[in-house]
Amino acid sequence: MAGFGRPVVNDSATVADGVRLLREAPLFDLGRAADAVRRRLHPDGIVTYIVDRNINYTNICSCGCSFCAFYRKKDAPDAYVLSGEELSAKIVDTIAAGGVRVLLQGGLHPDWGIGEAVRLVRAVKRHPILLHGFSPPEVWHFAHQSKMTIGEVIARLKDAGLDSIPGGGAEILDDEVRHRISPKKIGWEQWAAVMREAHRQGLRSSATMMFGSVETPEAIVAHLLRVRALQEETGGFTAFIPWVFQSGNTELSRDPRFGEASAAGFGHAVGYLRVLALSRILLPNVPSVQVSWVTMGAKVAQIGLFFGADDFGSTMMEENVVASAGTSFRMSEEEIVATVRDAGFTPAHRPGLTGAGKRETGAA
Amino acid sequence: MESDLRRIRDKVEAGERLSEADALALYRTRDILAVGEMAALANRRVNGDRVYFIVNRHVNPTNICVNRCRFCAFSKEMNDPLAYTMTLDEILRRAEEAREQRATELHIVGGLHPDLPFDFYLTMLRSLRERFPSLHVQAFTAVEIDYFGKITGLSLAEVIAQLKDAGLGSLPGGGAEIFAPQIRNEICPEKISGDRWLEVMEAVHAAGLRSNATMLYGHVETLESRVDHLGRLRELQDRTGGFQSFIPLAFHPKNTEIAKGYTTGLEDLLALAVARLYLDNFRHIKSFWIMVGPKLAQISLHFGVDDIDGTVVEEKITHAAGAQAGQEMSVAELVTMIRQAGKIPVERDTLYNVVREWPASVARS
Repeated sequence: MAGFGRPVVNDSATVADGVRLLREAPLFDLGRAADAVRRRLHPDGIVTYIVDRNINYTNICSCGCSFCAFYRKKDAPDAYVLSGEELSAKIVDTIAAGGVRVLLQGGLHPDWGIGEAVRLVRAVKRHPILLHGFSPPEVWHFAHQSKMTIGEVIARLKDAGLDSIPGGGAEILDDEVRHRISPKKIGWEQWAAVMREAHRQGLRSSATMMFGSVETPEAIVAHLLRVRALQEETGGFTAFIPWVFQSGNTELSRDPRFGEASAAGFGHAVGYLRVLALSRILLPNVPSVQVSWVTMGAKVAQIGLFFGADDFGSTMMEENVVASAGTSFRMSEEEIVATVRDAGFTPAHRPGLTGAGKRETGAA
Repeated sequence: MESDLRRIRDKVEAGERLSEADALALYRTRDILAVGEMAALANRRVNGDRVYFIVNRHVNPTNICVNRCRFCAFSKEMNDPLAYTMTLDEILRRAEEAREQRATELHIVGGLHPDLPFDFYLTMLRSLRERFPSLHVQAFTAVEIDYFGKITGLSLAEVIAQLKDAGLGSLPGGGAEIFAPQIRNEICPEKISGDRWLEVMEAVHAAGLRSNATMLYGHVETLESRVDHLGRLRELQDRTGGFQSFIPLAFHPKNTEIAKGYTTGLEDLLALAVARLYLDNFRHIKSFWIMVGPKLAQISLHFGVDDIDGTVVEEKITHAAGAQAGQEMSVAELVTMIRQAGKIPVERDTLYNVVREWPASVARS
């Protein structure tokens, strides 16, 4: 594990080191190294989670990524845009269920610009609830549609009440991979530019990585190092969330080249633990690493707590994107708490993006 | 590492047998990486990087059962609208499908039917042998064997001899649940005792048939009762050597009378790893992917497991209790899953003869 206790420099030798760890390090060595980083950052053994609701305001999207089973064209029979009433009802439900936050994401609607986005933010913020919304591709889309700068869009959204930004749309931060799976989506530098600007304006965000599609191990490591470098610059990332591509109903799953790449890749349970651990090892400057029970299920997510993770994510309440690809795990707050406790950790509810204000969950 | 674990690790490295206290300490720890690594070491010593699977087909001829085990969502009363009993033709049709799918084994277990005569089972075995001589028939838990004795008045040895003569190849390991009488009375009061289960298996092994062993965990049992269970299996195995593999079975609560959640990933991995470490005279520890899910089953290959069961095709018992995995995995899926874990896939037959071995993939894990 030499070389991973000290800062990692973003050069090719480091990518090679990371790839060697990812591919060759014995699983338990990776786990222990990641666990050591987790213990150093979270010596109290607390595992946080949040009770919130995932809301997808529309599935109409002009991006058409081949890995996505959720998007629809505007004229598709099952295309939708949530009405104000539907949105409101979901938020009222969320608050009644003890939810403290809405995670709001949607497709890149061809007719939408900053006006619609701001209206949406205001509609959510009429309720006493936090809003975690609009991943970088959406922010970029609003800017493009309304001919504004990224800085102006973020300022408008923030002014309307946006509290923080989700780290979606990162996929793999490598333009060769992006060209193959999401050619119409913003490149990795634009993704980073949105995050840099959001952090500059005081909005914090998470960062994600979707792996297990067609990327190489080199691309996974490059992604981690790019997040690390950006974090060194801004300090605005609160958590890193690696998750596994779910192939059901996607165009990509029908591409024969995908089959080969996927068999050799890390989009499986053992691969997930390896990537999770490597994320923790390579990102000591990001406070939390989150498990993805949404794609891996409660059992594997629980084991992830021994491979560097210290956050169990959110209750979601509804999930549409991964479910479109045929994966639909569910976890209630009680299940998250029991699962964390069973693993010997202390569950704590975090009322926001960071652990600030977290409260240990009372004994069941 | 906790000092208990360090001491246990020394024993494992030296190949010494673990005590009951050791097994309890292993169940109680949350240092899953330490336990996993020990179990991986013990497994590697016996099986190297090989992971076995079988192309098989499960057949559950009837769900009508005179017992009412509280953990079971499969059994039905005779007059229940969901009750079924397959005809011999229906069983043979499944065997035909199994042969077409290149299966080497039929796995047949069912309820204790109040009216089906022993002859039905003997005829089934003879017909299968006649029409499908290449299929190994692994059938009847110790509970069914005991029941055949009850309905015929034949001795245990005589029942087994007749079944063997009709074509029975080996026995699965079901019906063991938890041997400890107090727990057993609580979850399956009508079922044969743990002593009787072990007695049947001893007779089966004495007749030259191999079998598996199981343990149902994650319900109302205590960790002490699990260790007792494993200890009694280890003791019988010392005497007969007739067990091929041990399979911990995760309790599934849906539609049962036991109010409990599903087992956790940690509980599943510990059940498998502790079995590998404590049952030092069992060569194979099997993770049944239907029970723990394919993802956790893959991870378990690093926690002492060397067998991932098989293609299965049709599974009714665990699915009645809310299993979320599918009922079938293709050979290609099993091979990919094993190779992605950095292991060597080996298709086996029932008696662990190698049918085909695949090369390991480049990446190790």
